[in-house]
Amino acid sequence: MLEVKIRTRLREFELDVSLQASQGEILMLVGENGCGKTTILNAVAGLFTPDWGKIVLDGRVLFDSEEGINLRPEERRLGYVFQSYALFPHMSVYDNVAFGLKTRGSWKQGMTHVAKEQLEAFGIWEIRKEKISRISGGQKQRVALARALVTEPELLLLDEPLAALDLRRQASMRNELRERVRACGVPSVMVTHSPLDVSCIGDRICLVDRGRVVLQGSARKMDQWGAHPIFGGPDSGPMDESTPPGVSPGNRRSSI
Amino acid sequence: MAPLQFNVDFIRKPGQGHSLKRRDHHRPAISRKALLKLCLSAVLLLVTLFLVLPVASLLLKVSPGVFLQSLRDPVVMDALSLSLATSAVTTITVILFGTPVAYVNARFHYPGKEIIDSFIDLPVIMPPAVAGIALLMAFGRMGVLGQHLNALGFNVAFTTLAVIIAQIFVSAPFFMRQARTSFEDVDRIYECAARTLGATDTYTFFHVTLPIAQNGLISGAIMTFARSLGEFGATIMFAGNFQGRTQTMPLAIYTAMQWDLDVSLCLALILVAFSFLVIALVRIFMSRMKEHA
Repeated sequence: MLEVKIRTRLREFELDVSLQASQGEILMLVGENGCGKTTILNAVAGLFTPDWGKIVLDGRVLFDSEEGINLRPEERRLGYVFQSYALFPHMSVYDNVAFGLKTRGSWKQGMTHVAKEQLEAFGIWEIRKEKISRISGGQKQRVALARALVTEPELLLLDEPLAALDLRRQASMRNELRERVRACGVPSVMVTHSPLDVSCIGDRICLVDRGRVVLQGSARKMDQWGAHPIFGGPDSGPMDESTPPGVSPGNRRSSI
Repeated sequence: MAPLQFNVDFIRKPGQGHSLKRRDHHRPAISRKALLKLCLSAVLLLVTLFLVLPVASLLLKVSPGVFLQSLRDPVVMDALSLSLATSAVTTITVILFGTPVAYVNARFHYPGKEIIDSFIDLPVIMPPAVAGIALLMAFGRMGVLGQHLNALGFNVAFTTLAVIIAQIFVSAPFFMRQARTSFEDVDRIYECAARTLGATDTYTFFHVTLPIAQNGLISGAIMTFARSLGEFGATIMFAGNFQGRTQTMPLAIYTAMQWDLDVSLCLALILVAFSFLVIALVRIFMSRMKEHA
């Protein structure tokens, strides 16, 4: 179980959120650009230190401002899929996936088969020797996810993992992503702009607006939130991209 | 070099005379665009000639036989071996000390950073002779630090060590500027990704940051080596001109000019060859850097 309660001053507003994600649950963070979604992920990952708060993962305190506890990112045992994937450009697909095993010093103890199994499970064994610049967007997404999951993290963070793909590729990768994230059975937090991602992948949704959680609930009841500008307003953007006019986000689910 | 293309609209074609005649009332015989291209071509040719002529003259003035004979001259061999050895030591020293400084300046803010940055860049614009005097005032027998070193029986000025110090002082900025830019160009998201995958700061630096920045660092190191090889002013002021001890190739060229032009030309040709090699290598590494980006 992941429990996050943080408060910090950002450039234009104060981020003050309280979130929970239970074991195996996928929590979707939705909100407009710059509302603080990625900052929340970075705070959980240890890449950003909030002014105040507490982050606990399965009873293990990752951050506690009052106790002065702030575990380094490498000590938090989590997987993070970045929006741009952040795959190391100087390494092959294989070396990218195996990176997390090597850093944990477990490489010498016969971890080559773990890396191989992971590459095969994600269907990227054939391209293991390719440089990152030579593989497609969909393959990059698989490599990023395989890399994040190979170390069996206790928490999975995903920052718009489908945003770098074209619409057709998004549709096919969305189902795959859902299956793979569900299979790892750890709490997951995913940032997205797309209601399709929410309805297809998420269990629970958290709507963030200028640093505050304004709505929270089951992703299946998302159609009840249609009145909120982010779901039906003129700024809904990518939500409308693959949906005919007049179809509410909740109804889209049946067509996936 | 691709030839420049000229606008030939103004040349009359047979059978088109009448219609063109009418246009000629409104248009000069040679169009303005064609004239501009002609002028630019002339300037380009002039500049190219200016740059190529001295190098070509060096080649024309030295026959292969004389070149090979001069290579056996002890002055040439001493200068060549001393230059290569001191430049190699300089480059290694600059890499070892310059890399952490460049990384710190690229990644962190600290009080006085701008001042330190200015001092790092200063030797690039400082005349080498001034650098030589400055080094003499610092490390010379009566220098600020040199007098204490001398009291301990350690003399720096006019030794091979002085050659290396002069080369480091003059050529280090070439590496440090390039290294800093290369580190700044490494997207921090790769470092963040490495940290979330269990890598410590040190592991991340050696396995992620350094390899991504390496092409820029290598090209900076090559530039430093080349600058060290060609160093003259600071060396002659601070280290003197003693064959086999402080007489590097540029100093040997200057000295040999007064008694044997062939030796001078032979050394000059070797330096020209090194210069071409450096340009080629830097271009290769810079293009690789762009590919990575």
